[in-house]
Amino acid sequence: MFDSYVENTLQYYPDKCINCLRCTQVCPHGVFSEGKEHVELVRPAACMECGACALNCPVQAIEVQSGVGCAWAMISAALRGKDMDSAECGCGDGSCCGGNSKNPFLIEKL
Amino acid sequence: MENDKTADSTCSCAPKSDKLSFITFTHDIPACEILTITSTLTLKDRFGHFLARWGVNRMGYIVKPNLYKLGNPDADSPVFVSANYTMSFDALRSALAGIDCYILVLDTKGINVWCAAGKGTFGTEELVRRISWSGLSDIVQHRTIILPQLSAPGISAHEVQRRSGFRVEYGPVRANDLAEYLKTHKATPEMRRVHFSLWNRLVLTPMELVHAALPTLAVAIVLYFLAGPLAALAAITTVLTGTVLFPVLLPFIPTHDFSTKGLILGEIVAIPFALTFAADSVTSLWPNVLKALVFLLVMPAVTAYLALNFTGCTTFTSRTGVKKEIFRYVPFMAFIAGSGIVISILLGIFRLMKVI
Ligand code: SF4
Ligand code: SF4
Repeated sequence: MFDSYVENTLQYYPDKCINCLRCTQVCPHGVFSEGKEHVELVRPAACMECGACALNCPVQAIEVQSGVGCAWAMISAALRGKDMDSAECGCGDGSCCGGNSKNPFLIEKL
Repeated sequence: MENDKTADSTCSCAPKSDKLSFITFTHDIPACEILTITSTLTLKDRFGHFLARWGVNRMGYIVKPNLYKLGNPDADSPVFVSANYTMSFDALRSALAGIDCYILVLDTKGINVWCAAGKGTFGTEELVRRISWSGLSDIVQHRTIILPQLSAPGISAHEVQRRSGFRVEYGPVRANDLAEYLKTHKATPEMRRVHFSLWNRLVLTPMELVHAALPTLAVAIVLYFLAGPLAALAAITTVLTGTVLFPVLLPFIPTHDFSTKGLILGEIVAIPFALTFAADSVTSLWPNVLKALVFLLVMPAVTAYLALNFTGCTTFTSRTGVKKEIFRYVPFMAFIAGSGIVISILLGIFRLMKVI
């Protein structure tokens, strides 16, 4: 109960999949796993809607409404009278996180 | 905005010009010349990283978008792609110690790989453009480029191949796994997952603190004069709880939503303050209870709000989930914070009227 993250917009159409495994390479949360004829959706609730799988799937077997999972950005968008879904990451461009983003920990990564 | 950090000759990655005359250009960005870098990070580099973590000169902490060579690469050497944020670039070059290779740095406006991919600056368009601008197809024989896995939200690999002829290979999430990855060009499932370790969370706290420092200080000073030192201390404690304690304790607080985690933590931290006021023997019982209530209402609300905003610092929270959190909990946070403020105003009025 009270888990806001159990649902998301990820859609997978296995019959379209050509088993190229791209989605298993790009997903940072192991949402897809290798299967026999097509990949399997094994951890759908872990999806954070980054959009990497959909963008890299050559046959559009994945759809996801990717967006910014940042409350600060969404609340600011709402306060400016904009749609919350249109919220842009407030990082960079001289704002909060400058050259480093709200995700500075990722600097440890590649 | 371009601040060519690499032009600093004291930097270990100081480039040595290696002009290539065979590259021709058809647009206005300056000609690409391969620059030489080393994989050694100097004390100065590390000090620069430390300052950047505290938000000093963050926007100026950039590397020139260019093609770099590390060691003595030849036409068969691997090509890596990075962002022009110095820390991303430094993480890559130091992880590649002993490997002869090229690094193509994109213009991500000084933003790290993950965020730049999200914004589209580390994107298909920029990559295709930089591949052709650098003359990469004349420099290497093969047609493979290795990208950070976390750049994938901005890159359409098949589109890059179609437009540039270069096949995109996604490397591991962590630069430290690169040497292992290069042995087989296959990443283990573990190498493909992001983690949010204690260290990952800790390095975020200086920036969070820097952002909150000024308003917190102002509130603490006002509270000091209006309600005394304990109230000022409560304000500082609340912000430290939301910006430092919360990230540190994140995985250990029960519940999944950030807001409820923040409410729980804020409530725990408020208890000592509430008890101190409840036990005040100078005023009578009911004003003491009301004063205690103010802490129990306001401190969790503020902590929960700071915790909710921490969603933007993680790679776990989806937009759908965050939106749900906002609709579920922000009205409640506003309600309890508002109630606490109303009670404290009433207490102030009663004190002026000498009722308490
Ligand atoms: S959108 Fe991102 S997190 Fe979700 S399944 Fe695709 S790659 Fe994984
Ligand atoms: S990227 Fe698309 S086609 Fe390739 S395995 Fe995943 S779902 Fe299938």
